[in-house]
Amino acid sequence: MRDVAIVGIGLSRWGEVWDASLRTLWTEAALAALDDAGIDRVDAITVGSMAPGLFVGQEHLGGLLAGELGMAGVPATRVESACASGGVSLRTAFAEIASGLADIVLATGVEKMTDVSGDECTAALAAAADAELEVFPGATFPALYAMMARAHMARWGTTREQLAMVAVKNHRHGSLNPHAQFRQQITVKDVLSSAKVADPLNILDCSPITDGAAAVVLADMATARTLAHGRPIIRIAGVGQASDHMALQSRSDMTTLPATTAAAQRAFAMAGKTPADVHVAEVHDCFTIAEIIVLEALGLCPAGEGGRQAESGRTALGGALPVNPSGGLKSKGHPVGATGVAQAVEIANQLRGAAGKRQVPAARVGLTQNMGGTGASTVVHILEVVS
Amino acid sequence: MSTLNPARTAREYPARYRLEAARCEACGAIAFPPRLVCPACRGRKFAPVTLKPEGKVLTWTVIHVGPPSHRHEVPYALAVIELADGVRVTCQIADVDPAKVAAGMAVKLEFRRIQQDGEAGVIAYGHKAVPA
Repeated sequence: MRDVAIVGIGLSRWGEVWDASLRTLWTEAALAALDDAGIDRVDAITVGSMAPGLFVGQEHLGGLLAGELGMAGVPATRVESACASGGVSLRTAFAEIASGLADIVLATGVEKMTDVSGDECTAALAAAADAELEVFPGATFPALYAMMARAHMARWGTTREQLAMVAVKNHRHGSLNPHAQFRQQITVKDVLSSAKVADPLNILDCSPITDGAAAVVLADMATARTLAHGRPIIRIAGVGQASDHMALQSRSDMTTLPATTAAAQRAFAMAGKTPADVHVAEVHDCFTIAEIIVLEALGLCPAGEGGRQAESGRTALGGALPVNPSGGLKSKGHPVGATGVAQAVEIANQLRGAAGKRQVPAARVGLTQNMGGTGASTVVHILEVVS
Repeated sequence: MSTLNPARTAREYPARYRLEAARCEACGAIAFPPRLVCPACRGRKFAPVTLKPEGKVLTWTVIHVGPPSHRHEVPYALAVIELADGVRVTCQIADVDPAKVAAGMAVKLEFRRIQQDGEAGVIAYGHKAVPA
Protein backbone atom coordinates (compact mmCIF):
# COMPACT_ATOMS: atom_id res chain seq x y z
CA MET A 1 0.00 0.00 0.00
CA ARG A 2 1.39 3.44 -0.94
CA ASP A 3 1.68 6.31 1.53
CA VAL A 4 -0.90 9.08 1.03
CA ALA A 5 -0.58 12.75 1.98
CA ILE A 6 -2.82 15.81 2.12
CA VAL A 7 -1.44 18.48 -0.23
CA GLY A 8 -4.32 20.94 -0.41
CA ILE A 9 -7.26 22.00 1.74
CA GLY A 10 -10.28 24.23 1.19
CA LEU A 11 -13.63 25.25 2.60
CA SER A 12 -16.57 27.07 1.07
CA ARG A 13 -18.53 29.70 2.97
CA TRP A 14 -20.42 28.01 5.85
CA GLY A 15 -23.72 28.92 7.44
CA GLU A 16 -27.08 29.90 5.99
CA VAL A 17 -25.66 30.77 2.58
CA TRP A 18 -28.83 31.77 0.76
CA ASP A 19 -27.08 33.17 -2.30
CA ALA A 20 -25.11 29.99 -3.08
CA SER A 21 -26.37 26.69 -4.48
CA LEU A 22 -25.00 23.23 -3.76
CA ARG A 23 -22.87 23.35 -6.89
CA THR A 24 -21.51 26.82 -6.10
CA LEU A 25 -20.59 25.90 -2.54
CA TRP A 26 -18.90 22.72 -3.69
CA THR A 27 -16.95 24.51 -6.40
CA GLU A 28 -15.78 27.17 -3.92
CA ALA A 29 -14.30 24.47 -1.68
CA ALA A 30 -12.82 22.50 -4.59
CA LEU A 31 -11.12 25.57 -6.07
CA ALA A 32 -9.75 26.59 -2.67
CA ALA A 33 -8.20 23.14 -2.20
CA LEU A 34 -6.76 23.00 -5.74
CA ASP A 35 -5.30 26.50 -5.36
CA ASP A 36 -3.86 25.58 -1.97
CA ALA A 37 -2.18 22.56 -3.54
CA GLY A 38 -1.05 24.60 -6.53
CA ILE A 39 -2.41 22.15 -9.10
CA ASP A 40 -5.05 22.22 -11.79
CA ARG A 41 -5.61 18.55 -12.53
CA VAL A 42 -6.67 15.47 -10.57
CA ASP A 43 -7.04 11.81 -11.48
CA ALA A 44 -10.36 11.35 -9.67
CA ILE A 45 -12.98 13.10 -7.55
CA THR A 46 -14.99 11.75 -4.62
CA VAL A 47 -18.05 13.55 -3.27
CA GLY A 48 -19.52 12.81 0.14
CA SER A 49 -23.14 13.94 0.40
CA MET A 50 -25.88 12.54 2.57
CA ALA A 51 -29.17 13.46 0.97
CA PRO A 52 -28.95 15.93 -1.93
CA GLY A 53 -31.99 14.25 -3.46
CA LEU A 54 -34.10 15.19 -0.45
CA PHE A 55 -32.46 18.56 0.21
CA VAL A 56 -32.28 19.97 -3.33
CA GLY A 57 -33.76 17.29 -5.62
CA GLN A 58 -30.38 16.48 -7.12
CA GLU A 59 -28.68 13.10 -7.27
CA HIS A 60 -25.78 12.00 -9.48
CA LEU A 61 -23.41 14.56 -7.97
CA GLY A 62 -20.24 13.02 -9.40
CA GLY A 63 -20.93 13.94 -12.97
CA LEU A 64 -22.61 17.21 -12.13
CA LEU A 65 -19.74 18.54 -10.05
CA ALA A 66 -16.88 17.35 -12.26
CA GLY A 67 -18.53 19.38 -15.00
CA GLU A 68 -18.94 22.42 -12.73
CA LEU A 69 -15.19 22.31 -12.06
CA GLY A 70 -14.38 22.14 -15.76
CA MET A 71 -13.14 18.59 -15.25
CA ALA A 72 -15.69 16.58 -17.23
CA GLY A 73 -13.94 13.36 -18.11
CA VAL A 74 -12.40 12.74 -14.69
CA PRO A 75 -13.91 9.76 -12.83
CA ALA A 76 -16.17 11.29 -10.16
CA THR A 77 -18.10 9.30 -7.57
CA ARG A 78 -20.58 10.21 -4.86
CA VAL A 79 -20.35 8.19 -1.66
CA GLU A 80 -22.97 8.17 1.08
CA SER A 81 -22.92 7.14 4.72
CA ALA A 82 -25.33 9.65 6.28
CA CYS A 83 -23.39 12.21 8.38
CA ALA A 84 -20.22 10.15 7.83
CA SER A 85 -20.39 10.68 4.06
CA GLY A 86 -17.46 13.11 4.17
CA GLY A 87 -15.25 10.73 6.12
CA VAL A 88 -16.11 7.90 3.75
CA SER A 89 -15.33 10.19 0.81
CA LEU A 90 -11.89 10.81 2.28
CA ARG A 91 -11.31 7.09 2.88
CA THR A 92 -12.41 6.26 -0.67
CA ALA A 93 -9.94 8.78 -2.09
CA PHE A 94 -7.22 7.40 0.20
CA ALA A 95 -7.88 3.88 -1.10
CA GLU A 96 -7.65 5.02 -4.73
CA ILE A 97 -4.17 6.41 -4.15
CA ALA A 98 -2.92 3.73 -1.75
CA SER A 99 -3.90 1.07 -4.26
CA GLY A 100 -2.17 2.81 -7.15
CA LEU A 101 -5.39 3.45 -9.04
CA ALA A 102 -4.72 7.21 -8.94
CA ASP A 103 -1.93 9.60 -7.94
CA ILE A 104 -3.96 12.72 -7.12
CA VAL A 105 -7.58 12.69 -5.89
CA LEU A 106 -9.88 15.54 -4.88
CA ALA A 107 -11.81 14.29 -1.83
CA THR A 108 -14.83 16.43 -1.06
CA GLY A 109 -18.06 16.70 0.89
CA VAL A 110 -21.07 18.97 0.52
CA GLU A 111 -24.56 19.55 1.87
CA LYS A 112 -27.03 22.30 1.00
CA MET A 113 -29.57 22.15 3.82
CA THR A 114 -31.38 25.50 3.95
CA ASP A 115 -33.28 25.39 0.66
CA VAL A 116 -35.97 23.29 2.37
CA SER A 117 -38.32 23.98 5.28
CA GLY A 118 -37.44 22.87 8.79
CA ASP A 119 -39.85 19.94 8.50
CA GLU A 120 -38.35 18.76 5.22
CA CYS A 121 -34.85 19.10 6.69
CA THR A 122 -35.87 17.06 9.74
CA ALA A 123 -37.35 14.38 7.48
CA ALA A 124 -34.20 14.23 5.36
CA LEU A 125 -31.98 13.85 8.42
CA ALA A 126 -34.33 11.27 9.93
CA ALA A 127 -33.63 9.09 6.91
CA ALA A 128 -30.32 8.24 8.62
CA ALA A 129 -32.22 6.42 11.39
CA ASP A 130 -34.17 3.16 11.01
CA ALA A 131 -37.33 4.21 9.16
CA GLU A 132 -39.46 1.31 10.40
CA LEU A 133 -38.15 0.73 13.93
CA GLU A 134 -37.34 4.28 15.04
CA VAL A 135 -38.83 6.97 12.83
CA PHE A 136 -42.26 5.31 12.44
CA PRO A 137 -43.06 5.36 16.18
CA GLY A 138 -41.99 9.02 16.45
CA ALA A 139 -38.25 9.15 17.17
CA THR A 140 -36.11 12.11 16.09
CA PHE A 141 -32.32 12.33 16.10
CA PRO A 142 -32.23 14.47 19.23
CA ALA A 143 -34.52 11.86 20.84
CA LEU A 144 -32.20 8.98 20.00
CA TYR A 145 -29.16 10.81 21.38
CA ALA A 146 -31.23 11.88 24.39
CA MET A 147 -31.91 8.22 25.16
CA MET A 148 -28.18 7.51 24.89
CA ALA A 149 -27.55 10.45 27.23
CA ARG A 150 -30.02 9.12 29.81
CA ALA A 151 -28.43 5.68 29.66
CA HIS A 152 -24.95 7.18 30.06
CA MET A 153 -26.07 9.37 32.97
CA ALA A 154 -27.67 6.37 34.69
CA ARG A 155 -24.62 4.15 34.25
CA TRP A 156 -21.77 6.58 34.87
CA GLY A 157 -23.27 9.50 36.78
CA THR A 158 -22.68 11.92 33.91
CA THR A 159 -24.45 15.17 34.77
CA ARG A 160 -26.67 17.57 32.84
CA GLU A 161 -24.08 20.30 33.49
CA GLN A 162 -21.28 18.16 32.01
CA LEU A 163 -23.28 17.87 28.78
CA ALA A 164 -23.62 21.65 28.70
CA MET A 165 -19.89 22.13 29.25
CA VAL A 166 -19.18 20.41 25.90
CA ALA A 167 -21.26 23.05 24.11
CA VAL A 168 -19.70 25.88 26.12
CA LYS A 169 -16.18 24.66 25.25
CA ASN A 170 -16.93 24.21 21.57
CA HIS A 171 -18.52 27.64 21.27
CA ARG A 172 -15.45 29.13 22.96
CA HIS A 173 -13.29 27.39 20.36
CA GLY A 174 -15.62 28.45 17.55
CA SER A 175 -15.39 32.08 18.68
CA LEU A 176 -11.74 31.89 17.59
CA ASN A 177 -12.58 30.44 14.17
CA PRO A 178 -13.48 33.04 11.51
CA HIS A 179 -15.11 30.22 9.55
CA ALA A 180 -17.54 29.08 12.28
CA GLN A 181 -21.29 29.48 11.83
CA PHE A 182 -21.94 30.46 15.47
CA ARG A 183 -19.10 32.48 16.95
CA GLN A 184 -20.83 33.71 20.09
CA GLN A 185 -19.70 32.35 23.44
CA ILE A 186 -22.32 30.70 25.64
CA THR A 187 -22.56 29.71 29.30
CA VAL A 188 -23.75 26.58 31.08
CA LYS A 189 -26.77 28.60 32.21
CA ASP A 190 -27.55 29.50 28.58
CA VAL A 191 -27.55 25.81 27.63
CA LEU A 192 -29.66 24.73 30.60
CA SER A 193 -32.24 27.45 30.01
CA SER A 194 -32.46 27.03 26.22
CA ALA A 195 -35.56 25.50 24.62
CA LYS A 196 -36.22 21.84 25.32
CA VAL A 197 -35.88 19.55 22.31
CA ALA A 198 -35.76 16.00 23.65
CA ASP A 199 -35.19 15.77 27.37
CA PRO A 200 -32.44 16.00 28.65
CA LEU A 201 -31.17 17.71 25.46
CA ASN A 202 -31.96 21.37 24.77
CA ILE A 203 -31.47 23.33 21.58
CA LEU A 204 -27.97 24.43 22.65
CA ASP A 205 -26.96 20.76 22.97
CA CYS A 206 -27.63 20.33 19.22
CA SER A 207 -25.49 21.14 16.19
CA PRO A 208 -27.12 23.52 13.70
CA ILE A 209 -28.43 23.25 10.14
CA THR A 210 -25.65 24.43 7.82
CA ASP A 211 -24.86 24.92 4.15
CA GLY A 212 -21.26 24.19 3.26
CA ALA A 213 -18.62 22.20 1.45
CA ALA A 214 -15.07 21.05 2.17
CA ALA A 215 -12.31 19.62 0.00
CA VAL A 216 -8.84 18.15 0.38
CA VAL A 217 -6.38 17.17 -2.33
CA LEU A 218 -4.68 13.84 -1.65
CA ALA A 219 -1.55 12.61 -3.40
CA ASP A 220 0.90 9.74 -3.22
CA MET A 221 3.98 10.64 -1.19
CA ALA A 222 6.32 11.13 -4.16
CA THR A 223 3.90 13.59 -5.75
CA ALA A 224 3.25 15.23 -2.38
CA ARG A 225 6.95 16.03 -1.94
CA THR A 226 6.94 17.94 -5.24
CA LEU A 227 3.96 20.00 -4.03
CA ALA A 228 5.15 20.79 -0.50
CA HIS A 229 6.65 24.22 -1.33
CA GLY A 230 8.31 24.30 2.09
CA ARG A 231 5.14 23.42 3.99
CA PRO A 232 4.97 20.38 6.30
CA ILE A 233 3.84 17.22 4.55
CA ILE A 234 0.81 15.69 6.26
CA ARG A 235 0.55 11.94 5.91
CA ILE A 236 -2.67 10.02 6.43
CA ALA A 237 -1.06 7.49 8.74
CA GLY A 238 -4.13 5.48 9.64
CA VAL A 239 -7.64 4.89 8.32
CA GLY A 240 -10.40 2.91 10.01
CA GLN A 241 -14.06 2.39 9.26
CA ALA A 242 -16.71 0.21 10.89
CA SER A 243 -20.45 -0.36 10.99
CA ASP A 244 -22.93 -1.24 13.73
CA HIS A 245 -26.58 -2.20 14.06
CA MET A 246 -28.66 0.69 12.76
CA ALA A 247 -31.31 0.95 15.48
CA LEU A 248 -30.32 1.89 19.01
CA GLN A 249 -32.62 -0.86 20.31
CA SER A 250 -30.53 -3.47 18.47
CA ARG A 251 -27.34 -2.68 20.44
CA SER A 252 -26.60 -4.49 23.68
CA ASP A 253 -25.08 -1.36 25.28
CA MET A 254 -26.56 2.06 24.50
CA THR A 255 -23.82 3.90 26.42
CA THR A 256 -21.03 3.07 23.97
CA LEU A 257 -20.32 3.32 20.22
CA PRO A 258 -18.75 0.01 19.12
CA ALA A 259 -18.27 1.12 15.51
CA THR A 260 -16.22 4.09 16.71
CA THR A 261 -14.08 1.80 18.86
CA ALA A 262 -13.54 -0.64 15.99
CA ALA A 263 -12.74 2.12 13.49
CA ALA A 264 -10.27 3.67 15.94
CA GLN A 265 -8.54 0.37 16.62
CA ARG A 266 -8.10 -0.19 12.88
CA ALA A 267 -6.76 3.33 12.33
CA PHE A 268 -4.37 3.19 15.30
CA ALA A 269 -3.10 -0.23 14.20
CA MET A 270 -2.43 1.01 10.67
CA ALA A 271 -0.67 4.10 12.00
CA GLY A 272 1.33 2.16 14.60
CA LYS A 273 0.12 4.61 17.24
CA THR A 274 -1.97 4.67 20.41
CA PRO A 275 -4.47 7.20 21.79
CA ALA A 276 -1.66 8.64 23.94
CA ASP A 277 0.09 9.81 20.74
CA VAL A 278 -2.78 12.13 19.70
CA HIS A 279 -2.16 15.87 20.16
CA VAL A 280 -5.45 17.22 18.80
CA ALA A 281 -8.77 15.72 17.69
CA GLU A 282 -11.84 16.73 15.71
CA VAL A 283 -14.77 14.49 16.68
CA HIS A 284 -18.44 14.19 15.78
CA ASP A 285 -20.24 16.35 18.39
CA CYS A 286 -23.61 16.41 16.61
CA PHE A 287 -25.04 16.53 20.15
CA THR A 288 -23.16 17.26 23.37
CA ILE A 289 -23.55 13.66 24.59
CA ALA A 290 -21.95 12.44 21.35
CA GLU A 291 -18.58 14.07 22.12
CA ILE A 292 -18.62 12.50 25.60
CA ILE A 293 -19.32 8.96 24.38
CA VAL A 294 -17.01 9.30 21.35
CA LEU A 295 -14.00 10.25 23.51
CA GLU A 296 -14.54 7.08 25.54
CA ALA A 297 -15.08 4.93 22.44
CA LEU A 298 -11.90 6.25 20.81
CA GLY A 299 -9.87 5.41 23.90
CA LEU A 300 -9.00 9.09 24.41
CA CYS A 301 -10.35 8.78 27.96
CA PRO A 302 -11.46 5.84 30.13
CA ALA A 303 -15.06 4.55 29.91
CA GLY A 304 -17.31 6.65 32.09
CA GLU A 305 -14.88 9.59 32.20
CA GLY A 306 -16.20 11.36 29.09
CA GLY A 307 -18.37 13.74 31.08
CA ARG A 308 -15.38 15.01 33.03
CA GLN A 309 -13.23 15.85 30.00
CA ALA A 310 -14.74 19.23 29.13
CA GLU A 311 -15.46 19.97 32.81
CA SER A 312 -11.80 19.54 33.79
CA GLY A 313 -10.52 21.59 30.87
CA ARG A 314 -8.52 18.68 29.46
CA THR A 315 -10.27 18.92 26.07
CA ALA A 316 -10.22 22.73 25.85
CA LEU A 317 -7.60 24.72 24.01
CA GLY A 318 -4.75 24.97 26.49
CA GLY A 319 -5.61 21.56 27.95
CA ALA A 320 -3.69 18.32 27.51
CA LEU A 321 -5.82 17.10 24.60
CA PRO A 322 -7.76 19.84 22.78
CA VAL A 323 -10.89 18.39 21.12
CA ASN A 324 -12.76 20.25 18.40
CA PRO A 325 -10.55 23.35 18.27
CA SER A 326 -12.53 24.40 15.17
CA GLY A 327 -15.66 24.72 17.30
CA GLY A 328 -16.81 21.28 16.23
CA LEU A 329 -20.13 20.55 14.61
CA LYS A 330 -21.80 22.49 17.43
CA SER A 331 -20.28 25.89 16.71
CA LYS A 332 -18.54 25.60 13.35
CA GLY A 333 -21.68 24.09 11.79
CA HIS A 334 -22.70 20.71 10.41
CA PRO A 335 -23.39 20.51 6.67
CA VAL A 336 -23.72 16.78 7.10
CA GLY A 337 -21.95 15.46 4.00
CA ALA A 338 -19.13 18.01 4.32
CA THR A 339 -18.31 17.50 7.99
CA GLY A 340 -15.93 14.55 7.69
CA VAL A 341 -13.79 16.37 5.14
CA ALA A 342 -13.91 19.65 7.08
CA GLN A 343 -12.53 17.83 10.13
CA ALA A 344 -9.49 16.85 8.05
CA VAL A 345 -9.14 20.46 6.88
CA GLU A 346 -8.99 21.63 10.50
CA ILE A 347 -6.47 18.97 11.54
CA ALA A 348 -4.32 19.76 8.48
CA ASN A 349 -4.37 23.44 9.47
CA GLN A 350 -3.36 22.49 13.01
CA LEU A 351 -0.50 20.27 11.82
CA ARG A 352 0.70 23.00 9.46
CA GLY A 353 0.74 25.42 12.38
CA ALA A 354 -1.70 27.61 10.46
CA ALA A 355 -4.71 27.54 12.80
CA GLY A 356 -4.30 31.09 14.07
CA LYS A 357 -5.78 31.89 17.48
CA ARG A 358 -6.98 28.32 17.96
CA GLN A 359 -3.57 26.74 17.22
CA VAL A 360 -2.65 23.76 19.40
CA PRO A 361 1.07 24.28 20.13
CA ALA A 362 3.44 21.73 18.58
CA ALA A 363 0.64 19.52 17.24
CA ARG A 364 2.20 16.75 15.14
CA VAL A 365 -0.43 13.99 15.32
CA GLY A 366 -4.16 14.60 14.89
CA LEU A 367 -7.27 12.45 14.74
CA THR A 368 -10.66 12.85 13.06
CA GLN A 369 -13.80 10.84 13.89
CA ASN A 370 -16.94 11.16 11.77
CA MET A 371 -20.09 9.09 12.25
CA GLY A 372 -23.44 8.47 10.63
CA GLY A 373 -26.79 8.37 12.43
CA THR A 374 -26.43 7.20 16.01
CA GLY A 375 -23.15 5.52 15.09
CA ALA A 376 -24.13 2.79 12.62
CA SER A 377 -21.15 3.96 10.57
CA THR A 378 -17.93 5.58 11.72
CA VAL A 379 -14.71 6.64 10.01
CA VAL A 380 -11.49 7.53 11.85
CA HIS A 381 -8.40 9.09 10.27
CA ILE A 382 -5.04 9.66 11.93
CA LEU A 383 -2.90 12.41 10.39
CA GLU A 384 0.72 13.17 11.16
CA VAL A 385 3.44 15.55 10.10
CA VAL A 386 6.20 13.83 8.15
CA SER A 387 9.65 15.26 8.76
CA MET B 1 -43.13 13.39 2.50
CA SER B 2 -45.28 10.61 3.92
CA THR B 3 -43.84 7.12 4.05
CA LEU B 4 -47.29 5.63 4.64
CA ASN B 5 -48.12 4.08 1.30
CA PRO B 6 -50.53 1.11 1.48
CA ALA B 7 -48.15 -1.68 0.43
CA ARG B 8 -45.37 -0.48 2.70
CA THR B 9 -47.72 -0.26 5.65
CA ALA B 10 -49.47 -3.58 4.96
CA ARG B 11 -46.26 -5.58 4.80
CA GLU B 12 -45.52 -4.58 8.40
CA TYR B 13 -48.91 -5.84 9.70
CA PRO B 14 -47.67 -9.16 11.15
CA ALA B 15 -45.06 -7.46 13.33
CA ARG B 16 -46.88 -4.24 14.10
CA TYR B 17 -50.38 -5.64 14.62
CA ARG B 18 -49.66 -9.06 16.11
CA LEU B 19 -46.08 -8.83 17.46
CA GLU B 20 -45.06 -11.79 15.29
CA ALA B 21 -41.32 -12.47 15.62
CA ALA B 22 -38.92 -15.23 14.59
CA ARG B 23 -36.83 -17.46 16.86
CA CYS B 24 -33.53 -18.62 15.36
CA GLU B 25 -33.43 -22.41 15.32
CA ALA B 26 -29.64 -22.38 15.67
CA CYS B 27 -29.06 -20.04 18.64
CA GLY B 28 -32.52 -19.23 20.01
CA ALA B 29 -32.21 -15.46 19.54
CA ILE B 30 -35.45 -13.73 18.59
CA ALA B 31 -35.52 -11.40 15.60
CA PHE B 32 -38.23 -8.73 15.66
CA PRO B 33 -39.42 -7.95 13.09
CA PRO B 34 -38.50 -11.28 11.45
CA ARG B 35 -35.43 -11.23 9.17
CA LEU B 36 -33.79 -13.59 6.70
CA VAL B 37 -30.52 -13.76 8.67
CA CYS B 38 -30.13 -14.05 12.46
CA PRO B 39 -28.22 -10.97 13.65
CA ALA B 40 -26.68 -13.02 16.48
CA CYS B 41 -25.37 -16.11 14.61
CA ARG B 42 -26.25 -15.64 10.90
CA GLY B 43 -28.58 -18.63 11.10
CA ARG B 44 -31.21 -18.78 8.36
CA LYS B 45 -33.84 -21.07 9.86
CA PHE B 46 -36.48 -19.59 12.11
CA ALA B 47 -39.63 -20.68 13.91
CA PRO B 48 -42.48 -18.19 14.38
CA VAL B 49 -43.02 -16.82 17.88
CA THR B 50 -45.43 -14.24 19.24
CA LEU B 51 -43.98 -11.73 21.71
CA LYS B 52 -45.50 -11.24 25.15
CA PRO B 53 -46.71 -7.61 25.28
CA GLU B 54 -45.02 -6.74 28.55
CA GLY B 55 -41.66 -5.35 29.56
CA LYS B 56 -39.75 -2.52 31.23
CA VAL B 57 -38.28 0.83 30.25
CA LEU B 58 -34.51 0.77 29.59
CA THR B 59 -34.03 4.40 28.56
CA TRP B 60 -36.38 7.19 27.56
CA THR B 61 -36.79 10.79 26.47
CA VAL B 62 -39.57 13.35 26.41
CA ILE B 63 -39.86 14.84 22.93
CA HIS B 64 -40.74 18.54 22.88
CA VAL B 65 -39.97 19.18 19.20
CA GLY B 66 -41.63 16.42 17.21
CA PRO B 67 -41.72 15.50 13.54
CA PRO B 68 -44.85 16.53 11.59
CA SER B 69 -46.23 12.98 11.92
CA HIS B 70 -46.31 13.25 15.73
CA ARG B 71 -46.32 17.00 16.39
CA HIS B 72 -49.87 17.00 17.72
CA GLU B 73 -48.72 14.69 20.54
CA VAL B 74 -45.88 16.78 22.06
CA PRO B 75 -44.66 16.54 24.69
CA TYR B 76 -44.60 12.76 24.44
CA ALA B 77 -42.41 10.11 26.02
CA LEU B 78 -40.48 7.73 23.78
CA ALA B 79 -38.53 4.78 25.14
CA VAL B 80 -36.46 1.73 24.35
CA ILE B 81 -38.32 -1.07 26.08
CA GLU B 82 -37.04 -4.54 26.85
CA LEU B 83 -39.87 -7.06 26.53
CA ALA B 84 -40.17 -10.16 28.69
CA ASP B 85 -38.83 -12.23 25.78
CA GLY B 86 -35.62 -10.18 25.76
CA VAL B 87 -36.54 -8.33 22.55
CA ARG B 88 -36.16 -4.54 22.55
CA VAL B 89 -38.58 -2.16 20.86
CA THR B 90 -38.73 1.62 20.44
CA CYS B 91 -42.18 3.06 21.13
CA GLN B 92 -44.12 5.82 22.79
CA ILE B 93 -45.31 5.58 26.35
CA ALA B 94 -48.93 6.70 26.45
CA ASP B 95 -51.51 7.29 29.18
CA VAL B 96 -48.87 8.67 31.55
CA ASP B 97 -47.51 12.04 32.64
CA PRO B 98 -44.22 12.09 30.65
CA ALA B 99 -42.47 13.53 33.71
CA LYS B 100 -43.31 10.34 35.65
CA VAL B 101 -41.53 7.96 33.25
CA ALA B 102 -38.42 6.32 34.70
CA ALA B 103 -35.95 3.56 33.88
CA GLY B 104 -37.17 0.18 35.12
CA MET B 105 -40.83 1.20 34.90
CA ALA B 106 -43.05 -1.81 34.11
CA VAL B 107 -45.13 -1.38 30.95
CA LYS B 108 -47.43 -3.38 28.71
CA LEU B 109 -47.91 -2.90 24.97
CA GLU B 110 -51.31 -1.88 23.64
CA PHE B 111 -52.56 -1.71 20.04
CA ARG B 112 -52.84 1.97 19.10
CA ARG B 113 -52.95 4.33 16.14
CA ILE B 114 -49.39 5.52 15.40
CA GLN B 115 -49.63 7.77 12.34
CA GLN B 116 -52.07 8.79 9.65
CA ASP B 117 -51.51 10.28 6.23
CA GLY B 118 -53.86 13.26 6.23
CA GLU B 119 -57.65 13.04 6.16
CA ALA B 120 -58.01 10.35 3.49
CA GLY B 121 -54.73 8.44 3.45
CA VAL B 122 -53.40 5.38 5.21
CA ILE B 123 -53.92 5.05 8.96
CA ALA B 124 -51.03 3.10 10.43
CA TYR B 125 -51.43 1.15 13.66
CA GLY B 126 -48.92 -0.48 15.92
CA HIS B 127 -48.14 -0.65 19.62
CA LYS B 128 -47.57 1.91 22.32
CA ALA B 129 -46.52 1.17 25.86
CA VAL B 130 -48.71 2.06 28.83
CA PRO B 131 -47.97 1.67 32.54
CA ALA B 132 -48.50 -1.98 33.59
